[in-house]
Parts: sequence; C-alpha cells; structure tokens
Amino acid sequence: MFNIPLLTLQHLELSAAGVALAMVIGIPLGYIITRNRMLARAVLALIDITQTIPALALLALLLLWIGLGDVPLIAALVFYSLLPIVRNTYTGLSSVDASLIEAGKGMGMTGWQLLRMVQIPIALPVIMAGIRVAMVTAIGIAAIGVLIGAGGLGAPIWRGMQQMDNGMILSGAIPAALLAIITETVMERVEQGLTPRGLRKVVTGN
Amino acid sequence: MAKVLDMMQFLDMNDTAIIKAAVQHLYLSFGSVLIGCLVAIPTGIWITGRDKIAGHVLRIIGTIQTIPSLALLGFALPLFGIGTLPAMIVLFLYSLLPILRNTYTGLTSINPAFIEAGNGMGMNSRQLLFMVKLPLAMPVIMDGIKISTVYILSWATLGALIGAGGLGDLIFTGIQTADANYILAGAVPVALLTAAAGWLLGKAEIALTPAGGK
Repeated sequence: MFNIPLLTLQHLELSAAGVALAMVIGIPLGYIITRNRMLARAVLALIDITQTIPALALLALLLLWIGLGDVPLIAALVFYSLLPIVRNTYTGLSSVDASLIEAGKGMGMTGWQLLRMVQIPIALPVIMAGIRVAMVTAIGIAAIGVLIGAGGLGAPIWRGMQQMDNGMILSGAIPAALLAIITETVMERVEQGLTPRGLRKVVTGN
Repeated sequence: MAKVLDMMQFLDMNDTAIIKAAVQHLYLSFGSVLIGCLVAIPTGIWITGRDKIAGHVLRIIGTIQTIPSLALLGFALPLFGIGTLPAMIVLFLYSLLPILRNTYTGLTSINPAFIEAGNGMGMNSRQLLFMVKLPLAMPVIMDGIKISTVYILSWATLGALIGAGGLGDLIFTGIQTADANYILAGAVPVALLTAAAGWLLGKAEIALTPAGGK
C-alpha cells in the first residue's frame, strides 16, 4: 500500500535538502564568528536556546505560518541542523594549532590560501562530524514531518499507529531506523577519510 | 491587542489543563531520566577499565540514539501498547547515552596519581570508587544528566502521539485544529521547563564539584 523504497528515497532527499541549506548558511556563519569572540558567544548561545524548542512545536508553528507540506518540514530541518554545523565549523576552525597558522604565514601564504590550504583541511573532520550529527537528527525529525503533511517514512508509521496496524508501523519504522544507522556509519567513514594523513591517530594506545 | 486578549482568555479557560499536562510532562521526563541514571551510571562504572566491552556497549547505545524517535515509538507500540509505559521506555532509551558516556569519560579521565594516593592509603576498591573516583567524576556525570534531561523534556512532547499525555498533547491538538494558542500553550511551558532544568542541574553540577577541584 505504501511504496516503501520511494518513501525512503523521499525521506533521504528531504533530510539532505534541509542539511544542505543549513550548510550553505552555517559554514560561512561558523567561519565569520571565528573572527570575533563576543559575536561567537552570542551566536552560539542563541542557536543553543533555539535547540530546546521541541520539534513537534516548531513544526506546528511552521504549519500555521507556511502551511502544509514539505516546505515547512525543510525549514524546520534547516533550523535544527544549524547548531551542529555552526558549532563544529567554529570549533574546528578555531582549534587549528596557532603554530600551524604561523608556519603558513611564514611561508608567505595569503589569508585565503591559509584558509583553503591549512585551516579548512585541518578543520574538515570536525565540520564533517557536525554535518553527520545534523543529518542523523534531520532523518529523525523528517519522520515527524508526516504530522504536517510532508512526505517520507513517517506516513506508514503514523498511519499504522492510528489504525493499530503493527505491520504497517514496522514497514516504516524499520527502514527509517536503518536509514539513520547506515547514514551515520557511512558519514563516519567519510569523516575518517577526510582527516589529513599527518593528523590521523597513530595507534599507540596513548 | 485582540490577539493578546484572545490568548489571555484562552489561558484563563485552560489553565488547569495546561498545569495538568505540565505535571504529566515532568513525570514522564524525570521518570525516564531517573531510570536512565539507575541503569547508565552503574553500567558506566562497570565498563570502566574494560575497554573492549566499553567500546561495544557505547556503540550499541549510540546506535539506539540514532534511531528516529517516531520509529522507536513505532517499535514500542506493538510491544507495549499505547500510554505512558511505551513512551517512558523510549525516553529512557534516549536518556542512556549522555549519562553512560559521561560516567565512562568522567571515570577514565581521573588523574592516576589520585588513585595511586588512594591505594597508598590502603583503600579497598569500593572505598576508592566511592571516596575518590565517583566524587571526582561527579561534575562530568552531572553534565551528562543535564544533557539527557534537557533533551528528554523536549522529546517527551512526542509521547502525545502514543497517548502518554504531557504538554505534547496541547501542541498536537493545536496541529489538528490549526490553533496557535494550543501550540504555544504546549511549547512555551516546555521551553521554560527545559531552561529551568538546565539552570538547576548546572547549579547542582557546580555544587557537586569537590572543593579541591573548583
């Protein structure tokens, strides 16, 4: 009755759309705030507060404001994805060892070269970890999107709950759980692959 | 102005319903986190020093954390039916990771010199745990409890979807009737409770930091 492969794909698309938009906003924002500590503290505190708004409530408010469908869901996903992305971009960039930046400057690198060839490669695994957390969270919230008429795997779960049809519930819940777990695993691998070779942990048991 | 009056009237008419929902919400959230503590803290103590088991346990609990909440509610429903019990089980499962991870981190990051000192004073392993390790790890453990509590207070709104009540009920009614008053009547108290819990537990964390570590 439900086309599960199609819904799974839709679920992934919606989550990815939200996270991609959050990256477009969040990565530059995370970079900008590394230049001003006061601004950084204010921005991070503000985003922190917004995260405690329950997803159900935000979806409900967006429903009233934007209406039914995928658009309010994607708006909510952008909203919740911002925190991990901004925070990790900021942490990643600002924790680059000052001596490495000095070394780059000493080699005559311009600010842009320094960012592109030193800071971003070193911060990349941390930024990727933020994107991974955002993506897994987005997959979770996208499931609730069914309540405001969005697509994805929430539909069979929710319909099944209302009709007390366990088979229908599981036909949505199992792929949704697998989607989240597989996404987490794959992105973790990518993260490890992106760590610059010189920075990979040597297994010495500390 | 009309909107404000409308809302005042709404609050006046529904104040007992809101309070009742808030009490249910607190019961649901704190109950789950409390059981979470009772399971996660001893487990965290047990896996400390057992690196291989610790890796597996943290990975399994971490995997549970990634499962979408609606899916987890979907798994709980066939097993436990509707109501408070399945919602609490789901919230309990979500509460485990931060508490467990922080208990483990707190205990494994203790300066070995303190443990040596305890050993040198002739403490047995129980005394070492309760008089040295746990007090030193307490701020980190409390931080885990705080993170769990804040998240669970927010996630507990979803309990309404499987008939567990709480402030999510008001939000859900708001969705079905497209009434912003109901949505805010549920969302604002959740945000306030979350902020209050975060603040109180932050204070507790400071109070529980051993005097020498402040």
